[in-house]
Amino acid sequence: MIVPYSHVLALAGIVFLMGMVCTVTRRNLIMILLGLEIMLNAGALALVGASLRWMSMDGQAMALFIIVVAAAEVSVGLALIVCVYRRTGSVDPNFTETAAPEKPSV
Amino acid sequence: MTIYSAIFYLLAALIIATTALAITRRNLVHAVVYLVISFFGSALLFFLLGAPFLAALEVIIYAGAIMVLFLFIVMMLRIEESKRRIFPLSQWIPAAVLCVIYLGMLAVILSGIEGDMRLETAVAVPAAFSMWIFRHGWLAVEIASLILLVALIGALHIGRRPAAADKKEAQ
Repeated sequence: MIVPYSHVLALAGIVFLMGMVCTVTRRNLIMILLGLEIMLNAGALALVGASLRWMSMDGQAMALFIIVVAAAEVSVGLALIVCVYRRTGSVDPNFTETAAPEKPSV
Repeated sequence: MTIYSAIFYLLAALIIATTALAITRRNLVHAVVYLVISFFGSALLFFLLGAPFLAALEVIIYAGAIMVLFLFIVMMLRIEESKRRIFPLSQWIPAAVLCVIYLGMLAVILSGIEGDMRLETAVAVPAAFSMWIFRHGWLAVEIASLILLVALIGALHIGRRPAAADKKEAQ
């Protein structure tokens, strides 16, 4: 006897919401990617709870694939951030404010 | 209140507190370390919810590999301290609208489902879980390995220095 499933769902929802706020409001590409990780983790949490609620392993299998997708996404995302940093010299998603060095000065 | 529900609420409070601390830190290293603690809490919660294999994977992949990758990138890049507000006002409007919609939907969902039916404790032992996933989801496992391979090649290609920079360094 742990807790009702709705409490697990509420916890996952709150964590997802915090990840979403982080993704939408922070002005730093690394923090945006961290917010995405928090959201994926919240999804995995809800799926594991659902797996226990319905006594089926489907939820745990989906959580496993969420972890795989998170690992793939973070490697490509961080490579893109390094690429952007080499081009613009900053990790601000608002590239127009930090002068891009490769922009032709016409 | 059983011991399991006490552990659940304790872990939930820990996860929410450390995640909130992580997303409000200005220093990226502090944010990543707080998030490691949050993922450890998630791993314990997976263990409580009967998924020991996923708990181990959460510690190894999320708290270990992914967060260490973030730490490497934070150390690699020289990130200038921004003097602006940590949450810019212009970004708050979409965030607040999304939060209100989302919290409303969450309240509707939570008020609708099964009142006081509590989760029973059960464990999916790793061997049974692995047998199940290879029997029922072998195609998904293959696709997952393909995704990891594509991500590896993609990250290598994107992260490669441009050929001109290599030549300049060689001279």
